[in-house]
Amino acid sequence: MSITYVDAIREAQEQLLKDDPRVFLYGQDISRFGGAFKATKGLADAYPGRVLDSPISEDAMVGMAIGSAIDGMRPILEMQFADFSSVGFNQIVNQAATHFYRTGIPVPITVRLPSGGTPGSGPFHSQSMESIYAHYPGLVVVTPATVSDAYQMLIESVALDDPVLYCEHKFLYRWLKAPKIDHDGLPLGRARITRHGRHATIVTYSAMVHEAVRAADRLQQESGWEIEVVDLRTVKPLDMDTVLASVARTGRLLTLGESFPWGGVTAEVVARVCSEGFHLLDAPPKRLNSRDTPVPYHPNLWAAHRPTPESICIAMRELLSF
Amino acid sequence: MLEARQLETKLASLYKAGKIVGGVYLGKGQEAVSASLGGSLKWKHDVFAPLIRDQGGRTAFGEDLLDCARTYLGSVEGPMRGRDGNIHRGRPAEGLLAMISHLGAAVPVVTGMLLARRLKGELDGVVGATCIGDGGTSTGAFHEGLNAAAVEKLPLVVVVANNQFAYSTPNDRQFACEDLYDRAKGYGVAGHRVDGTDFLACLRVIGGAVASARAGGGPQMVVANLLRLSGHGEHDDGSYVPDTLRAGHLGQDCMDVARQQMVDSGYATAEEIEGWRSELEDRVQRALAKAQQETKPDPWHETWQACSQNPALPFEA
Repeated sequence: MSITYVDAIREAQEQLLKDDPRVFLYGQDISRFGGAFKATKGLADAYPGRVLDSPISEDAMVGMAIGSAIDGMRPILEMQFADFSSVGFNQIVNQAATHFYRTGIPVPITVRLPSGGTPGSGPFHSQSMESIYAHYPGLVVVTPATVSDAYQMLIESVALDDPVLYCEHKFLYRWLKAPKIDHDGLPLGRARITRHGRHATIVTYSAMVHEAVRAADRLQQESGWEIEVVDLRTVKPLDMDTVLASVARTGRLLTLGESFPWGGVTAEVVARVCSEGFHLLDAPPKRLNSRDTPVPYHPNLWAAHRPTPESICIAMRELLSF
Repeated sequence: MLEARQLETKLASLYKAGKIVGGVYLGKGQEAVSASLGGSLKWKHDVFAPLIRDQGGRTAFGEDLLDCARTYLGSVEGPMRGRDGNIHRGRPAEGLLAMISHLGAAVPVVTGMLLARRLKGELDGVVGATCIGDGGTSTGAFHEGLNAAAVEKLPLVVVVANNQFAYSTPNDRQFACEDLYDRAKGYGVAGHRVDGTDFLACLRVIGGAVASARAGGGPQMVVANLLRLSGHGEHDDGSYVPDTLRAGHLGQDCMDVARQQMVDSGYATAEEIEGWRSELEDRVQRALAKAQQETKPDPWHETWQACSQNPALPFEA
């Protein structure tokens, strides 16, 4: 028996519906159909009236979630694809994100964003939106990379009084499995050292954690390099304590992300390490992101658009040779 | 609406005297519409999301005069504590939402509050209402929100104050349908039309729409025709409004109409109304004077925290 990443998301929602009468689910095709990725399969029957199909209206979906949260509910909103949250962007960044600061009343909504690329998905079903939302004050942005984090961080996101963008990676949905949910107790906002090492640090999150570990394994086998991999888990707020402690041990930093290269999480981490820990660095820090084009459709192009173990190894060898 | 007119007249003077930072947006000419809506709603029971010309509705709903005075004058005692200003104030916990500037955005939020009431089993006898202008009906949020409310059959009342201009843009550059009222059928909501300058008609039609929603009649859309009797804000002289329009029926002041209607119906004498006006003027003056003397926000005492919780601190899930 094993549980997949998307099963963990489904089970977390089931647990939340069971434990908390304030929780309800709202999104496109999520009721009897069970969602485009089956993340809500069976929940409408188990919790009648609490798993609701929405019209194709991302602005209204987010607006309604906000209204219900102001009135005491804990809505979990499913965007069919993270890409479509751009239509609800205004409600997320101007209504939800500003509400506590302006009025003192928090808006505990959780917006699930099926994120990231899969082969053949193309420009509008592949985007990673975490950097965009992390830019705005008043939002929490989480990016689980493991089955247990997918479960536990969703539970904690709903418990949080502030709006959370829960970025779940579609590539991990069925590919990533674990024997069971087994959480190490790290709370939201804390990074995890996924792989220990002493020669260089890769700071990453979401699906890229797994690509980083592959690259690190390869570098160890081929050249004996010991690479530390830090999984941010929550990209906002950033756990700079864990990042700086790792860089202090290794002296070398690569930040790795699947989103577009201009600005974003990888740039923020490099900027903060340079600013707060310049003296810890033995080499100029490097960044590796996707290419600066829309996400291409064809698997040959897609595989070369995002960072891969090969491109990570090339970047790491440059970093280690400095 | 009399209090709103007194208050806004003073706010305009304070703005011109340089005592108010930021914009001042008046509801002059829209008081009959707005107050008819706000007066049909119950404080801490219903939900009301006013827009920029709804001082009349706010007052009638039950917002404290001091909330307005303090927010415009930047007192830390106000509900927004200097973090937001003028018409962006609200008390969401009491059912009065704090608007953002993006038009139509409140339509789904009110709808969501009503959905929450339904999920909690507390929807019986509750109404959620919001106002919007002719220009705001062109936004995606308006369309999405009204459609979603109709799908859920929630007791939402949307009052469209068609004041003929969205800032400076006239109706014929805003929409191509003959009358915004015609849209109601397309959304599957009950539609109503009213002369927004006619106080008694507003009470009847808007009050009726609220009663209908309250009684389980589903979403309602009221289109009120009127003219804004000021600029978009006090920085704007409204010179784009043709004189013929100002001189016509829509240009009549709903306050004058209301006064005459009250006298004609024997509800009050002209002297009584003047007595109320003078009493309200005093109240307004006192509130503004109090707010002006109160402490202004201090950046050294500001928390500068946009989130209510720090998720990195240990907390119980």
